[in-house]
Amino acid sequence: MVQYPSKLIEEAVEAFAQLPGVGRKTALRYVLHLLNQDKGITEKFGTTLTRLQQDIKYCRQCFSISDHEVCAICSDRSRNKELVCVVEDIRDVMAIENTQQFRGVYHVLGGIISPMDGIGPNDLEIDSLIQRIASGSVKEIIMALSTTMEGDTTNFYIYRKIKDFPVQVTTIARGIAIGDELEYADEITLGRSILNRVPYDVPTASGKA
Amino acid sequence: MHLKSLHLVNFKNYEQADLVLSERLNLFTGLNGSGKTNILDAVHYLALCKSFLHANDSQNIRYDEPFFVIQGDFASDSGVEQSREEPVYCGVKRGQRKVFKRNNKEYDRLADHIGLFPVVVVSPQDSVLITGGSEERRRFMDTVISQFNRSYLEQLINYNRVIVQRNALLKQMNDGKAGNDGTLEILDLQLVQFGTPIHVARRAFIRELLPFFNEFYKSLCDGKEEVELIYESRLNEHPLDLLLEEARNRDKMLLHTSVGIHKDDLSFSINGHVLKRSGSQGQQKTFLIALKLAEYVFLDRASGKKPLLLLDDLHDKLDAERVERLLQIVCTNRFGQLFISDTGAGVLEELFRKQEISFKAFEVHQGGISER
Repeated sequence: MVQYPSKLIEEAVEAFAQLPGVGRKTALRYVLHLLNQDKGITEKFGTTLTRLQQDIKYCRQCFSISDHEVCAICSDRSRNKELVCVVEDIRDVMAIENTQQFRGVYHVLGGIISPMDGIGPNDLEIDSLIQRIASGSVKEIIMALSTTMEGDTTNFYIYRKIKDFPVQVTTIARGIAIGDELEYADEITLGRSILNRVPYDVPTASGKA
Repeated sequence: MHLKSLHLVNFKNYEQADLVLSERLNLFTGLNGSGKTNILDAVHYLALCKSFLHANDSQNIRYDEPFFVIQGDFASDSGVEQSREEPVYCGVKRGQRKVFKRNNKEYDRLADHIGLFPVVVVSPQDSVLITGGSEERRRFMDTVISQFNRSYLEQLINYNRVIVQRNALLKQMNDGKAGNDGTLEILDLQLVQFGTPIHVARRAFIRELLPFFNEFYKSLCDGKEEVELIYESRLNEHPLDLLLEEARNRDKMLLHTSVGIHKDDLSFSINGHVLKRSGSQGQQKTFLIALKLAEYVFLDRASGKKPLLLLDDLHDKLDAERVERLLQIVCTNRFGQLFISDTGAGVLEELFRKQEISFKAFEVHQGGISER
């Protein structure tokens, strides 16, 4: 065990080393760097972190991370509130937003069903999704979860809960990636693409959802 | 295709060996521990990228040496127009990744090589199929089926994953923690989705295998014994969704999944009795040989390629009559290139001449091989 010259340094190193992908050596580098900064900078660094957990809110409509009671996307008047995209977490919201192809709103589940990891439907924002649909303002639900077995379990579970509501349920397309040559596509994806082929559409200027 | 030549460096007890092989039959004889089986294992390496003796790669390196190399040239059978030659290279260095090449080009995925040169092994290790648990017999089915049915392995992996999730859920429900019947129903649906095609594939496989198996056993025992091979699965009588629903309450008590294709088995019997208990050692061996030869014919038909057939320790537990009948079968043109290991040569060479088959005999002695 390395001896640190100061108890304060040691505590700070311990704290940084808790971060994913950070070991003790890297932690010490961070600590010494912060120590050498102007006083204001390091202080701001500290308060930023303190405020992070204190002030962050979860949007009460879509459960995405937000600064306000209702997030920027949900409060945007130009977005189509009848179209709801169901995703696993905030990273997926960011990924879909980057496509600039989606003008609806989101519903963030906060995970997917995986009993192995101790995550059941009650740990996720599924009941709130059902309430949202029951309120009658939603016309289409887009399931945009990972194409893993656990993603399928969650899709299946949600579908069963909402299938009696007058709402259309769709899922994001699965198949060959854009720009891929068929020769290099894996057999399972290619096989699935053949089975789930779609009617040919003459390319036009793409409209946004 | 057949293996035309084989070159070994530091593989098991061989410092170096170079063989030019017969297209039809190759016999390796020698005393115990001389290295006969190791030659067959090297052939297996070239075909399936691994040993059939379950050792890991670095355990196959000669003592105190840093690496081993196996090289072989596969060639088209004579009589075929447009003869081709494909060199295959397998190198293992201690502490490094295995390097596998065909036509001097390294593979990105070893899985791409598997199936190009199919191989069937008959060895004393096969007895686990009879004495071992049902997982051995499921693995036998899975290994053969996944060689020609590409989606089978994916379904099997997914199925096993759902089983793990379902068992975890059953335990959580028992602890009164998260989880409800709704989730259980979904997982059951997924088990049906992945499990049903697996059952269909296994049933079709055994149904196609059976006529060959029966034929080979009959010829081997000269029609004196009746054997039966049955695919046992609860799915034979009822669809999986019904079985899972029926088992749900029991599973909640057992805390694991009590029905499904992970409980399938093959039942082996002789003259109406369980083979494991009532069959003699020779009868059990005969049963396994018939099973492997049926696998051979099945793979040949499914892939259109005659696999290499490795008969490790030919006389193992068999009487002289059965050895002769086995040779009668494998020397017909239904079978391709053969590799046979045995302790004594004299009697066998006599038998080969009787079958009028061209062959090469190699004498193996402590890390050296000479052709006779």
